[in-house]
Amino acid sequence: MHEQPTVDEIKKHVRTYIMVFVALMALTVVTVAVSYLHLPVGWAIAVALFIATIKGSLVASYFMHLISERKVIYYTLLLTLIFFVVLMVLPTSGYHDRLM
Amino acid sequence: MQIPYTATARPDTGLFNAKLGIWLFLASEVMLFGALFSSYILLRTAAPTWPHGYDLLNVPLALLNTVVLISSSVTMVMSWASLMMKDFKKYKRYMGLTILCAFIFLVVKAIEYGMKFEHHLLPSTDTFYAIYFTLTGLHGLHVIGGIVVNSYFWGPGSKMWETDPQRFTNRVEIAGLYWHFVDLVWIFLFPVLYLL
Repeated sequence: MHEQPTVDEIKKHVRTYIMVFVALMALTVVTVAVSYLHLPVGWAIAVALFIATIKGSLVASYFMHLISERKVIYYTLLLTLIFFVVLMVLPTSGYHDRLM
Repeated sequence: MQIPYTATARPDTGLFNAKLGIWLFLASEVMLFGALFSSYILLRTAAPTWPHGYDLLNVPLALLNTVVLISSSVTMVMSWASLMMKDFKKYKRYMGLTILCAFIFLVVKAIEYGMKFEHHLLPSTDTFYAIYFTLTGLHGLHVIGGIVVNSYFWGPGSKMWETDPQRFTNRVEIAGLYWHFVDLVWIFLFPVLYLL
């Protein structure tokens, strides 16, 4: 069974939420600053998606509590992730076909 | 008939039912937005040229909206944490702030849309604006949905705190999971549409 966190544990969570908030704000500033460097498109996409992935992981791990969740949710999300990756790869594979 | 496992965890999943329910819903949402992101990649890789988002769109306003939405995610999780600490007054305050942030987001978005419409820049203008309006429009609808649900839990729905506090706390938690997902989508939309 899921143990209910105590008030002290929740207070610890709150401190984590505030640190995550600061990290998210800092990464937002970084991603905008990088866009002003006008990097080559390939690099710009890689850096922007890398930062967005870190930010997304912070939100999912801490705000959505995925860092300590039940297995059935992990399995559900693993399946979702596989289908999501297929969706992202599909259009680019079509692109290569046309180039051939 | 009573709905089972609204407050306590179901022994086999270890979760109260709505939590598994919201995650299954969010999985379907990943595929919905995933299909549109996939379309974006297809349109962009197939186009002979693709504009830089920052040349066409208003980055400072989108940055402001990013700050607003991330802040609302923090106030949302704080509203849940307040209920966990049995502080209903704080819950009301944080949930109210979350709803306020959501409204600010929509107002800023409306200003952005308005500036585009003034210059006759519409979804039909070109593929860039088509995918921009589709993605941000669908995201905006999700923000409106969040406002409706969160307002209910801030207002009339919060009466449940007196009759069944655990169930109410769980409800706020799953409303939060949805809201954080809306924030997460924006975290990807902002760089993809505005900064690349």
